[in-house]
Amino acid sequence: MKYLKLLISFVLVVGVFYALNTKLGAVPPLGKFLNPSSGIWQNETDESITGEIGIPGLTENVTVHYDELIIPHVFAQNEHDLYKAQGYLTAKHRLWQLEFQTHAAAGRLSEIFGEAALEYDRTERRRGMGYGAEQAIAFMEQYDTETLGFVQDYADGVNAYIDQLRPEDYPVEYKLLDYEPEAWTPKKTALLLMYMTKMLAGYDDDLEYTNMLRLVGKENFKLLFPDFFDRTEPVIPNDTDWSFIDVPQTELPGSQAVLDTIIETIDKPHPDNGSNNWAVSGARSVTGNPILANDPHLGLKLPAIWFVMQLSTPDHNVFGATIPGALSVISGFNQHIAWGETNATRDVIDWYKIEFNEDRTQYKYDGKWKDVTVRVEDIKIKDKENYKDSVLYTHHGPVVYDKNFKSDNERSGYAMRWIGHDGGNNQKTFIELNKAKNYEDYVDALQYWNAPAQNFVFASTTGDIALWIQGKFPNKWEGQGKFLMDGSDPENDWQSYIPQKFNAYTKNPERGFVSSANQHPVDENYPYYVFNDGYETYRNRVINAFFNSKEKFSVQDFRDLHNNTHNLKAEELVPYMLEQMDVSSLSEDEKEIYREINTWRFNNDIDEVGPSIWRQWYGALYELLWDEFNDENTALTSPFTYQTIYLLKHHGNHPFMDVLATQDKVETAKDLFLIAFKEAASQLKEIKEEKGDYVWANYKGTYVGHLLQALPAFSKLDIPIGGDRNIVNATSENHGPSWRMIVEMTSPPTALGIYPGGQSGNPGSKYYDNFIDDWAAGRYHSLNFLQSNEASSAIIGTQTLIPMDHD
Amino acid sequence: MTKNISNFIVTIVLAGTLSLFLPWWSVMTAALVTSLFIPLKRTAVFFVPFFGILLFWAVYCFILSSANDFTLAKKIAQLLQIGENPYLLILVTGILGGMAAGVAAIFGKQIVLLGKKG
Repeated sequence: MKYLKLLISFVLVVGVFYALNTKLGAVPPLGKFLNPSSGIWQNETDESITGEIGIPGLTENVTVHYDELIIPHVFAQNEHDLYKAQGYLTAKHRLWQLEFQTHAAAGRLSEIFGEAALEYDRTERRRGMGYGAEQAIAFMEQYDTETLGFVQDYADGVNAYIDQLRPEDYPVEYKLLDYEPEAWTPKKTALLLMYMTKMLAGYDDDLEYTNMLRLVGKENFKLLFPDFFDRTEPVIPNDTDWSFIDVPQTELPGSQAVLDTIIETIDKPHPDNGSNNWAVSGARSVTGNPILANDPHLGLKLPAIWFVMQLSTPDHNVFGATIPGALSVISGFNQHIAWGETNATRDVIDWYKIEFNEDRTQYKYDGKWKDVTVRVEDIKIKDKENYKDSVLYTHHGPVVYDKNFKSDNERSGYAMRWIGHDGGNNQKTFIELNKAKNYEDYVDALQYWNAPAQNFVFASTTGDIALWIQGKFPNKWEGQGKFLMDGSDPENDWQSYIPQKFNAYTKNPERGFVSSANQHPVDENYPYYVFNDGYETYRNRVINAFFNSKEKFSVQDFRDLHNNTHNLKAEELVPYMLEQMDVSSLSEDEKEIYREINTWRFNNDIDEVGPSIWRQWYGALYELLWDEFNDENTALTSPFTYQTIYLLKHHGNHPFMDVLATQDKVETAKDLFLIAFKEAASQLKEIKEEKGDYVWANYKGTYVGHLLQALPAFSKLDIPIGGDRNIVNATSENHGPSWRMIVEMTSPPTALGIYPGGQSGNPGSKYYDNFIDDWAAGRYHSLNFLQSNEASSAIIGTQTLIPMDHD
Repeated sequence: MTKNISNFIVTIVLAGTLSLFLPWWSVMTAALVTSLFIPLKRTAVFFVPFFGILLFWAVYCFILSSANDFTLAKKIAQLLQIGENPYLLILVTGILGGMAAGVAAIFGKQIVLLGKKG
């Protein structure tokens, strides 16, 4: 009896211990998680911003002044110390995010989440993310050990912070998911840069286009997906003279697309990833100083993608937005210049069909057999055995699709040729830009930049403005890479690259302003083939119209333009639809909605109903129009909005307008307007019954979501902000201006900036999401650009990092 | 009665001390050890360490969280789907710790009984 009781009580103890010490499904190990000595209660803290901290490897003291926004103003005596401090401070405020993003980049999420993330991990590895990062490190090892040294300094700084942590100090996400931080390495910085490359230059529709081409034929394909729309307002102004370019476009071979049927393609980055930037010259500025603005549009996430810092040494002093994991300032200004980026989308991913030999050790190329190399991706899975995925590499790149992944063909596969795999020295561009003093330094810094191609806007205190479209671009033959190509034909390989000096740019243009918004880089006169599948067509025109609307501009004008909610897309279609549509059959309810949209002035402001009606109406219309391309067994895509609207207005009787489901009737655009309107009206009625109204702010429900699938507890929901995709204020549900910066080129520059987040990555800190309300309201923070290492009245705490001997 | 009180106090002091070196299960260790040296009777075996640790953890949580306006506690309460009430989270935390301590003490009591002759 005694023994039985002992045994029962023992089992009870073990059971309770196990239950409280183990992560069960989504529930964290509650004993570990909730105990006050080492659980989440230890994360109930603000930021520590005073005192002295010993950092191994520093050569001299580094002073860090914090202002009330918790922006660190870093004063180091040399660049090595500076980047150590940047690594240390980034880890201090953003450790979990810093590491998580590179885990995501490397395809290592199964380690944290288990088998549910395996498909994602395999995709990232087959995309060659780790391979690309290794190429970048190899490039630096060979050609630029100075930059690699700085990357190592950053790693040392991050690790100095990690080494100081006790388990109770781990960020709350580690406790929630029950894992620990690991050491940071230079490769992780390279992975982060790959992550950005994927986000911004990882989108393509080549395989979808291949299916489309087979389905609709050449003529229709051209109508649906033209190389240039009927109207272009490119980044580089239309009248630019290109006669200095003396290297011709690659000649067209007799190559034909391979018309395979592709069932499924890998996940793609968000199609709205893009940005605005612009600058006006002194002549067009009210104060006579150039003014520059930048707002990158990315997923709205917490912790935010950006971390704002001032970084200085005796030789340079720079301020702006950094990205945790990358060195130096990415979008910002120093005492002499300001710069910012928008994405220069260009087709830099191409696909090749590969034919293997019997045992898949060789592939056909130029009439011979060439060896494949195998890269074994060893994927760790939480609580399970590792998964080993053998990825075959050709001279094109990784064979992403083969019999082991999204394809069942034993003897063939599709290899990816991506500029992201080419190595290169992107980090150096930013390190040099941070120190640039004038236009020449800026152009010098850009030459190292491969991908993702960016429109780098520039302004200087000496009065120059410029915009370079910088990236490493293959010099393609006309039409190269729009569709799947035969990988055995050497003519289909990228033959050469556009010489960097022939990349398109504009300096001090006559019109007195430069701007970019992810639109076409150039018009048809540029001598190289520039096809891409995602050019913007609305924001660019609104921005340029604004700068053509009057003579001189102020910082206030820039703020207004950032917050501009004009919906040009709706303006170009709604009046036409209202005029064309037969309204005789509308019910009373429908007439009410008709009246509402009829009085809308095409502004996506928070208290309007027009934007919601437009979304529903255009959404239904688009679905109806492109019903042909809704096929579960083939990867297809549909035309872009601009071309869709063009076709509705100019080809209203085209067979594509017909709705396939109605067999006895042939619809035209005019019919579609009415059917779609009625569908929209019924949807809107439902929304009204459920939520009370369909006012834009509520309809859209903008939120900034935590990186862990927008866990509501750690996210900010229902943010009242206007705008939408294709609008200058590009805020849609969970995507939009992730950093807004305006810099006036006084000496030194004066700047405004804000982002939807907060400097702290700790959900327990009041600085976690404290910028969001001001951001939504269109307000900015003045950035305190300290000119010397002295705490001004704006500084609320100073911390000193002091050299410490290694143990 | 005095034994109950001394067990209560010793459990808390020991748990507090051990928590400096051990993970969360320091409270189980503290209750177990205390139950070996200050054995209690009947329901007190469980409830004295239970309330001891509940009090210890709840007060500790309150001190940490109130200093930061319960910012994180509210979010964690929402995360664990028990509303957004930080006090409820503090209570839940205390009960979990108390329970772990209580069962450890029951086990200790059985060891003590085994050591006795008969």
